[in-house]
Amino acid sequence: MIELLNISKSFAGQKVLNDISTVFDKGKTNLIIGQSGSGKTVLMKCCIGLLDIDEGIINFDELCFSDLSIKKKRTTRKKMGVLFQGGALFDSFTVEENVMFPLNMFTTMSLEEKLDRVNYVLKKVNLVNANHKYPSEISGGMTKRVAIARAIALNPQYLFCDEPNSGLDPKTAEVIDALISDLTHEFQMTTVVNTHDMNSVLQIGQKIAFLYQGDLWWEGDKDEILKTDNKELNDFVFSTELTRRIK
Amino acid sequence: MKTFNEIGAYVLLMFQAFKRPDKGRVFRRQLMMDFEALGTNSLGLIIILSLFFGAIIAIQMAYNIDNPMIPLKTIGFSTRQMMIVEFAPTIMSLILAGKVGSSIASEIGSMRVTEQIDALEVMGINPANYLILPKITASMIYNPILMVFSIVVGIFGGWLAMIVTGLSSSVAFIEGVRSWYDPFTVTYAIIKTLVFAFIIASVSGYKGYTVKGGSVEVGKASTQAVVYSSILIIVFDLILTQMLLT
Repeated sequence: MIELLNISKSFAGQKVLNDISTVFDKGKTNLIIGQSGSGKTVLMKCCIGLLDIDEGIINFDELCFSDLSIKKKRTTRKKMGVLFQGGALFDSFTVEENVMFPLNMFTTMSLEEKLDRVNYVLKKVNLVNANHKYPSEISGGMTKRVAIARAIALNPQYLFCDEPNSGLDPKTAEVIDALISDLTHEFQMTTVVNTHDMNSVLQIGQKIAFLYQGDLWWEGDKDEILKTDNKELNDFVFSTELTRRIK
Repeated sequence: MKTFNEIGAYVLLMFQAFKRPDKGRVFRRQLMMDFEALGTNSLGLIIILSLFFGAIIAIQMAYNIDNPMIPLKTIGFSTRQMMIVEFAPTIMSLILAGKVGSSIASEIGSMRVTEQIDALEVMGINPANYLILPKITASMIYNPILMVFSIVVGIFGGWLAMIVTGLSSSVAFIEGVRSWYDPFTVTYAIIKTLVFAFIIASVSGYKGYTVKGGSVEVGKASTQAVVYSSILIIVFDLILTQMLLT
């Protein structure tokens, strides 16, 4: 479980996050949605400690993460897996080396054990026979899957995904959504997904937090979102003629 | 004020970089890769440039000696001195600032804008230590080796030029190379090379690490890395020369 209490963050005097309080539950896919510039990515970067918060508290289960020193934050981060928007795979490493990287850094496994683990997580993300390819040789969907495989290689307790579907076709996006949802339930991780893809919201949104101009405007789940009369949320979710008709 | 901020940020980054590596085996692997990327891959360029510079120095010396009172062995002596005290440590470092410095800044800068450094950070790795320390170490180990190559090849280039042009005899040139040798000049050259290697790798690493934006900014950071490294090399050349030779 991740608990955010009264989180605020400003850049050069401009408030980007304003008094955000919410809870991301364990074993659920928790979605943060909102328009571009609403503060989703900043909130996620605050959660994983890439940005320092101005005010508030971030708790990872019993641990007050926001109060930790840089060194202790680094130790805690070993329990996190993060999927970045572009994948953030290391260009000079092959798929196998990318996934093996956290194992090399933080385990004392033998090479055989590491290879077993790499092949296991690559199979989990439905990626076989790509071990020796470089990131430049694989598609966008495969890049995301390798990044997920790398993120879960160390069995993390917390998984963060920043716009996992950006730049993907609808079919591949659905596969990635299903993958994130399945892994969350299988490994009982606390998963937080930043997205503005409405298909994701309606497919895997077990808990949805809607950010609007830096404020937490609405919270609920995928069923509640269809019934809400919140104007800003409806304007965002049902912004097209098609989605309005579906509603 | 901005300059002081930059210096402060640079010093803080160096404090981060100079920490004990998370995993010795991974550090050694990175170091080996950087030996190849920053050192071995520069060897060809250093050899070609040193060969020609040595030849040019020797020919220019020969043309400028028109006084019969000055012995021909002065050509060999001057070529050796020029190569040891200035060309191999300073000019080679300036050339490496262009080649290696831009490569370091653009490599780390690209990693920054594609969130690879953030990925390292959230994995619980110290990115400055993982990325910059092996490059500084590799440069400080390999650049003195390149300097020795440069000196040897430069003197050989000078000798070759004398043989080909006939401006001096081989015997006179070699006698000059062996005359009035002060071993401290080599120590002085090594000290300079070590300092310049640190400047090139650390300044370029800093410029790459602190990139914000996209590919345009990576290009700018790469250019700035070369410019700042070159200026610092010349400034420290003056300081070290004053400190060590007077």
